[in-house]
This record gives sequence, C-alpha cells and structure tokens, in this order.
Amino acid sequence: MGMTMVEKILAAHSGRDSLEPGEIVNAKLDLVLGNDITTPVAIEEFEKIGVEEVFDKDKIALVPDHFTPNKDINSAGQTKSIREFAAEKGITNYFEIGEMGIEHCLLPEQGLVKPGQIIIGADSHTCTYGAFGALGTGVGSTDMAAGMATGEAWFKVPETIKFVFTGKLQPWVSGKDLILHTIGDIGVDGALYRAMEFTGEVIDSLSMADRMTISNMAIEAGGKCGLIAPDQTTFDYLAGRVDDDYQVFTSDADASYYKEIEYNVSELEPQVAFPHLPENTRPISQVKDIPVDQVVIGSCTNGRLKDIREAAQVLKGKKKAANVRLLVFPGTQEIYKQAMHEGLIEILIDAGAAVSTPTCGPCLGGHMGVLAAGEKAISTTNRNFVGRMGHPESEVYLANPTVAAASAIAGEIVSPEEVV
Amino acid sequence: MKLTGDVWKYGDDIDTDVIIPARYLNTSDPEELAGHCLEDLDSEFTEKMNQGDIIVAGDNFGCGSSREHAPLAIKAAGVSCIIANSFARIFYRNAINIGLPIMESKEAVNSITEGDRLSVDLDQGLIKNLTRAEEYQAKPFPEFMQELIASGGLINYLKKQVSNND
Repeated sequence: MGMTMVEKILAAHSGRDSLEPGEIVNAKLDLVLGNDITTPVAIEEFEKIGVEEVFDKDKIALVPDHFTPNKDINSAGQTKSIREFAAEKGITNYFEIGEMGIEHCLLPEQGLVKPGQIIIGADSHTCTYGAFGALGTGVGSTDMAAGMATGEAWFKVPETIKFVFTGKLQPWVSGKDLILHTIGDIGVDGALYRAMEFTGEVIDSLSMADRMTISNMAIEAGGKCGLIAPDQTTFDYLAGRVDDDYQVFTSDADASYYKEIEYNVSELEPQVAFPHLPENTRPISQVKDIPVDQVVIGSCTNGRLKDIREAAQVLKGKKKAANVRLLVFPGTQEIYKQAMHEGLIEILIDAGAAVSTPTCGPCLGGHMGVLAAGEKAISTTNRNFVGRMGHPESEVYLANPTVAAASAIAGEIVSPEEVV
Repeated sequence: MKLTGDVWKYGDDIDTDVIIPARYLNTSDPEELAGHCLEDLDSEFTEKMNQGDIIVAGDNFGCGSSREHAPLAIKAAGVSCIIANSFARIFYRNAINIGLPIMESKEAVNSITEGDRLSVDLDQGLIKNLTRAEEYQAKPFPEFMQELIASGGLINYLKKQVSNND
C-alpha cells in the first residue's frame, strides 16, 4: 500500500519507514514559529520546563506582527518580552519592525520554508506552508514552548482528503475562490483532524501566491494541513531563496485516502463568504445590495504581490466610494517595496486607499481598522466570525482582492466586471 | 478525578474569537482573560456561572485561532470540563496541554440540556446526568494523551522527562 504526502513527511521525521493514520508519533521539527500574541505565553511555559537553551537557534522564527507596530502599552510589553527572549537565547530569525512582515508572507520569502519540512507555528495559519509540500500546522503556545525546548512535537497521523480541481478558471477567479468554494462545500469542520491535499490541473496552473492562499485556509475547514505537491512553480520560487538540501515527498499513486472530492471549476464565479462563518459562501452573482463601510486588502491570506497587483488593476484610475474606508496591507516590506517600484502604491493612494506597513491588525480586530457596531466590511482575510474585526454587531464578508477592490469603488459588494 | 457541576449549553462551531476576543489578547494573565470568557457569545456568562460548571456544546468547539488564551480563559473562569461532539484540533491539543478537561460524546450532547447537573469521572470517561438519571460514555483518549493528562499537561510531562535525564 502506498503512502500519502503527510504520512511520508511524518515517517521521515520520526525514524519510521511507514506508518498508519491514527498512530501517534514524536517527530523532529524543522522550524518553530511564534508571533507577538502567542510567544509571550510560550516563553512563560518554556521557562517552566527547566532547560536553559533552545534546541536550535536557527530553527525558531519569532515574528511580532499582530499588534505591531505596538498598538498600546500592553502590546509593547508583549513585543519587548519576545525581543529580550530572542536576544538572550541568540535566536537568529527574529524579525524587527522595519524588516518584518506578516509571518506567513515573510517566512517563505526569507527562504525559511522548504518542501518536506515539518513546521509548527503558534498561529493557526501555519498551514500556509503546505503550498510548498511542507507539513505546516498550527499549535498553541505550550506546544511552541515544548518545540523550542526539544525540537520535537507529537502528532496523530491524519487521514487525508484529496481534492482534485479540473477545468479552466474564469477571469477574476483565483486561489481564494477555490478554497472558499471548498469550505462552502465541506463546511468549517469538513476536514477536522484530517490532512487536505490539493491536486489537479487547476492547482498545477496556479502561482505560489494562489497556492499559499489555498493552503492558508485549510484550517478554516478544520484541516491539520493543506498540502500541494512541489513542482516546477515551487522550485522556481525557491531558487535563490533556499539551498537545495530539501527532500520532496509526494503521494503514491496507490496511497489510501479518507475521501476524494473532484470539483470542475470551469463555471466557478468569484465567491463571497457571508457572516459569520467562512462556509457561508455564495457566488458573486447572487450577492446584491450589501453596502460596505470598510474594505481590507492584505493579510497572510491575500497580502502577496500578486494580490496587490490585482487590486491595483481594478482600482487603476478610479476612486473608492466616498463613504468607504479602503485599507491595504502589503504582507512584507519586500512586497511593499516591489509594489512601490511597480507604481501600485501610487495607484492605490490615488484611488483613496490608506496603505499600511505590514500588520495582521485589522484581520483580527486588533488595531488599524476596527469596526463599529452595525458596520460591514469586505475583506481578503480568512475569518468572519462574530466580532472578528471589531464590535460583535459588525459583519465581515470574505472575498478575493479583485472583488474587494471593486466593492470599494461601488460602495457595495460587486463583481470586478461591474467596475472595470 | 471526579467533577460535579451545572451545564451551560451552546451550539456548533463556537470559535476562539467569541471565547476570547482578540481585543483582550494584549495580556496573557488568566484572571484578566477569565473576565471576558465567552463575552461575544453570551455576555452574561461570567456573571451567571458558578465555579465548577460544565460547558456542553455541539460540533467543532474552539475552531479558529491557535490562541491558547481561549482554553486558559475558560479554565481560569472556573469551568471544570467541556463536553462536545467534537473539538477543533488546535483547541483540543491546547486543552490537553494546559490541563483543561475535555470529553467527546455525541450521546451526552444530545441528551443533556442547559441547567442539568452532571457528575463526570474523567478517568473512566463516564458522564452521569444527575438531573435525568442517565449515564453516557465519552470517547476514550489514546494512551499517549492519557499520559499527558495524568501528568497535568505537556509542560509537567516534559519536566519529568528533563529531570529523569539529569
């Protein structure tokens, strides 16, 4: 019997030739990640374990990106504790304001993510790294602490659901729409405890940016990880960023899956997820009369250069509606700089956008774009739970960057076709 | 270990944002977090609950963020145990790691209503409904997780290993 990607990666990291779903293994970690909300708790727990040093100074990444630049005195205290811990332990991959980015945009860009790795992150969207054929998975602060101390974590070997995407994408349809459609179909717990594997000719044709968007939202279906087999597109992205000392794992043709689901997406329209769950998806043609107060473009889901380019393409030469606040968050300093070189920032500012330094801020209702009671936002982020972006009586609609940009112009949720 | 408490019952997909909204995540002090536990789901929860009470919920409890502040808030608020059809996987790990008792039982969730008084035997996975004179069996934990739970969570488990190696 063949093995799936996730089984092979876990076997290779736990000294096993083969293993079965349901087994619990102790696996070696290639990278342990934390942000400014989760790391302070992890530091407290780390100090209880009784070890002096971290397992490997080069295999820990600390990215203060959520409430940064420090939004208040408490947040400043949180980032200070991380900064001091990083200095004390000699952690090499600490990213200060001015060189940082939103963690899941930043780490691949920095060449810290490679195929075949196991990466745990005290951030649920660590599953983003599945786009590189790496087992990235979210954990809590205590697991992060244990990972920093031992370089290992326990995993239950998951069953895998295989998703096959066939057909040819319509204009304005991107990775975001594929994953929203998938979550809309299987539900927010449709892949609970399971690995998701995304395959098919449509996935093969996608950029790394789109693939990262898809893998990023595996957690919104309850998935442990969202894997995509590395191919030439992956290797082209990695070239110049990483040494070629990585191992590529792909699923065997006779691997056993929990389920296989095929979607022909030739007719798929841009998707919008209605409040208050990412599974409440509707095609854009069925969305009418939803005025918005705020539009957010960015985040670990859709803050990459391709996303900024697509938003700028829609907004070029146009103005946002007068009563809309348009906020754009490039994912990293590098993306910000490249967007400047390409003239995208000017297009966005001319359209009335506020362009911010990278931060997760508004996505989780932290800062830099919190909603008041009764307000509605359309956002390229990943969650639309009650109170996610601010007041519990506010509403968040999720969509791709072109739909968000078009909605900023119209002042209500519309397809890019209606404004371009 | 045996626990007794009254039930507060909620639905499916109770996410970590309603358990502890991000606006309170600029602290990790359990007492402060506890004061906002479930605030965006049931704003009166912390006032009406008593120490030792039990949360019963449907599918996918704790979905969303990896914030350990969610189980920390629930534990510090004085909730003794959560019984659900299923838990989101990061919440599940976090609860075990910090020593917040959780149990999965569809039968229990279907039968229990808000206000019922339960007696829970964590070692046996047995849930007794004292109000309805019923018993339900929770899904057993795999052996390794039982060890973690018996140690009082992941850090205590590791501390033992570190001191054994010395």
